[in-house]
Amino acid sequence: MSRETHYEVLARNGVSRRDFLRFCAMTAAWLGLAPAAAPEIARALETRPRLPVIWIEGLSCTCCTESFIRSSHPLASDIILNMISLDYNDTLMAAAGAQAEEAFEEAIAKNRGNYILAVEGNVPMGCDGMYCIDGGRPFLRKLLQGAEHARAVVAWGTCASWGCIQAARPNPTSVKTVPDLVRGKPVIRIPGCPPLPEVMSALVAFMVSFDRLPELDSQKRFAAFYGQHVHDQCVRRAHFDAGEFVEAWDDEGARKGYCLYKMGCRGPTTFNACPVTRWNDGVSYPIQAGHPCLGCSEQGFFDQGSFYSRIRDIPLLNTMTTAEKVAAGVGGAVAAGVAAHAAASAVFHLREKSRRMCDENSAGEE
Amino acid sequence: MAYEYTTPQGFTVKDSGRRIVVDPITRIEGHLRCEVNLDDNNVITNAVSCGTMFRGIELILKDRDPRSAWAYAQRVCGVCTGSHALASILAVEDALRIEIPENASLIRNLMHLCLWFHDHLVHFYQLAGLDWIDVVSAAGADPAATSALARKLSPWPSSSPGYFSDLRARINAILKSGQLGIFAHGYWGNPAYRLSAEANLLFFAHYLEALDLQRNAVKIHTVFGGKNPHPNWLVGGVPAAINVNSPGGEQVINMERLELVRSVIGKCQEFARQVLLPDAVALARNYRDWCHLGGGLSGQCVLAYGAFPDIANDYTQASLLAPGGAIIDGNFHEVHPVDVHDPEQVQEVVAHAWYRYPAGVASLPPATGVTDPFYRLGPATVGTDTDIRQLDEQARYSWIKTPRWRGHMMEVGPLARLLIAYSLKHGDTVARVDELTARIGIPHDGLKSTMGRIVARCHEAAWAMDQAEIFLNRLIANIKNGDTATANVKNWDPDTWPARAAGAGFTEAPRGALGHWLEIADKKIANYQCVVPTTWNAAPRSGDGQLGPYEASLLGTRMEIPEQPLEILRTIHSFDPCMACATHVLDQGGHELAVARLDECRG
Repeated sequence: MSRETHYEVLARNGVSRRDFLRFCAMTAAWLGLAPAAAPEIARALETRPRLPVIWIEGLSCTCCTESFIRSSHPLASDIILNMISLDYNDTLMAAAGAQAEEAFEEAIAKNRGNYILAVEGNVPMGCDGMYCIDGGRPFLRKLLQGAEHARAVVAWGTCASWGCIQAARPNPTSVKTVPDLVRGKPVIRIPGCPPLPEVMSALVAFMVSFDRLPELDSQKRFAAFYGQHVHDQCVRRAHFDAGEFVEAWDDEGARKGYCLYKMGCRGPTTFNACPVTRWNDGVSYPIQAGHPCLGCSEQGFFDQGSFYSRIRDIPLLNTMTTAEKVAAGVGGAVAAGVAAHAAASAVFHLREKSRRMCDENSAGEE
Repeated sequence: MAYEYTTPQGFTVKDSGRRIVVDPITRIEGHLRCEVNLDDNNVITNAVSCGTMFRGIELILKDRDPRSAWAYAQRVCGVCTGSHALASILAVEDALRIEIPENASLIRNLMHLCLWFHDHLVHFYQLAGLDWIDVVSAAGADPAATSALARKLSPWPSSSPGYFSDLRARINAILKSGQLGIFAHGYWGNPAYRLSAEANLLFFAHYLEALDLQRNAVKIHTVFGGKNPHPNWLVGGVPAAINVNSPGGEQVINMERLELVRSVIGKCQEFARQVLLPDAVALARNYRDWCHLGGGLSGQCVLAYGAFPDIANDYTQASLLAPGGAIIDGNFHEVHPVDVHDPEQVQEVVAHAWYRYPAGVASLPPATGVTDPFYRLGPATVGTDTDIRQLDEQARYSWIKTPRWRGHMMEVGPLARLLIAYSLKHGDTVARVDELTARIGIPHDGLKSTMGRIVARCHEAAWAMDQAEIFLNRLIANIKNGDTATANVKNWDPDTWPARAAGAGFTEAPRGALGHWLEIADKKIANYQCVVPTTWNAAPRSGDGQLGPYEASLLGTRMEIPEQPLEILRTIHSFDPCMACATHVLDQGGHELAVARLDECRG
């Protein structure tokens, strides 16, 4: 059977050429690209069949799939029906049992070397892998089988990327992560518990549009969305800089939208795009809505003590000043601390930028 | 090893005949396996439900800050996101005797109702829908006739022939592309699909509309909890502060935020009334035989704890808007009170689960439960320890324990809640339910079935959004009266806590009764245990031969094509399984012991 390209699918749906090109320009803008990239996106969508994606699930809570279907731009239904061919996904696929296993085998056989393996959750190594059974066998087997012929492997969420809840002390099922287990393939981490819906769909849109993997940072994360601390983009940041903090739940400071650092916020040590992309169609994000950041996109975030203990001794943006000192200095020393913090922040970004440029050529390769 | 026996519940189980294995069961949360035996007429005579994952979250909770526990517990499930967080903070507040401001209670209710609606909506269309809707048949529908059908069923405006014509083209494009995606290897054309092409197209249109609505429905979580999945909660109240007068930026609950919530509720109410409920009724009318199939334990033993306190901090039945109780032995005239604090009531057994209890212990209440993984397959297993072809259900066969209420295995969930509220004649339940069964054209007992679970869920989704509107209005009335408190911080500081404390928190997750039990010692969690809805429903047999609710409900159904497990999926999906919830672990003071055994847990 001949395969339709994205453009053919859109054309069948009554999308005009003009609307199609506008969509490409918007996609370019959304991905932060120059307008010149739009024709490249258009070419890709016109000539390539839908990107085959096999999505498997190990030990997890399915929050990643749930987050993915929350995506607003592009809409989850457009991704599933028009942009990719979601050839296997436990939560959405029609088939079950033997037919599901056939779908899995067939998707690999038909798209050898061309499909993306997306992995939600992680892999228990204890009990010979039988803490997660799929088709009567350890989930590990399915992961390795799926990865063998994949073009690239996406580690959805903090479970697949870093271990998340299952790996928290004492790691009762001895889980390992996707990058721990998959060798010889490009692996992309999209951490977050769950990841932001639009970051997940932006990765898909990027791969579909440019037929390549995006630039990754040194942690193999999608660089476009994990390059900045939550703290540096935060809607409450001006209050931090002004030394205005929430001291207790529902106090005057809370009602004025002050900084949550003293309540345990991990924004200063967390790389994610929550404050910019925000959640669920840009409605809010945790700190905006009044709760400290849990740091859910970071490795080991469940093992850093109480979520309500102020983070201590964690350097802020490569400076000798720590957030602890800044908050302790509220009063006389705060201005100096914050100034040092701001200056260091600028230096850090320059450094980050140059580092990323150096990494650029090696990004995406194992 | 063929066997035949009658369970204490009165079901006859025969493991002769052909064995069918379905693994993985898809369109659920997590990992589940089912095996059934068929007689010569392809009628199911034996059923085996096997939870195929184990994560150990309760073990991970040990030694944590009780105020942080909700964030760990919430990761039990990302589908019923929030349920476990809520049960967790309720358990901590119970242990530490913390009362919360009324606004916090209203906001928690709003968030939890939002989840009920969202979860039920996604279940009806995305998870269960494809069991009843033949997408391939929809590709051949007449758009004009579909439009006429849509307008007959509902005033919902997305009903023009052009709308359905575009959708039909979209389906055909996918079918002809050779890339079927999520529709690959579906059971299209199976004679068990009985909707007309036009009805299939109409339902599929609503499948896509629901997929769009669900991402908006969760915005209630985003306003109050910052994100969804996994919004934020707070012991002692809610994290959001209210300030409608002076500048608090976009970081506080102000009039714009409240109106955003109102607009979401309005959209959900409209969809529930004009799409979801009419679809549920139409589906039930078209598949009326499924109002007599798959009843299982729903005609005998059902359980609910209750949820949604009308009066803040009052969790007695007088206050709960979704009432709790237990019905046993098929006596729907008597609803027994349920107390999660009573160790005699809820207990778990592990006779057929991959756990073991200390010698001489057969049954334990959650508050002092033990979980010691013990992966052993029975002698009649076909296959090997790491390649199971067929389970031996006379031995241990699941990562799920078997909970019981006063010794009875119980069904939980929207249908159980509906039946209990009906027996209690709670509020306007009787009138609402009678109207529903009249519209479908079935007797009341027709609800005790596979289709009854589906219909009860949709009925509840509509109720949830109507109730949310009431709570929102009460919240605004409080603010108008000058009450803006959202948190009680009196016992926030652990130094104010007693050296030891124990508590239980309960609510109704979308899938049914949910309880969390914990002990606090020296400001840390000493012991944590959850008994969750899918533990009740997906449980393996108990030692005395009782079948679990999934197992009992599969008996007696005939499969059209045994190789295509459509009928099994219909009934299992009607419970809305959530396996990540169901599979768990607890220790009692000795987690090193359990850890040391992990790698040798296999026999």
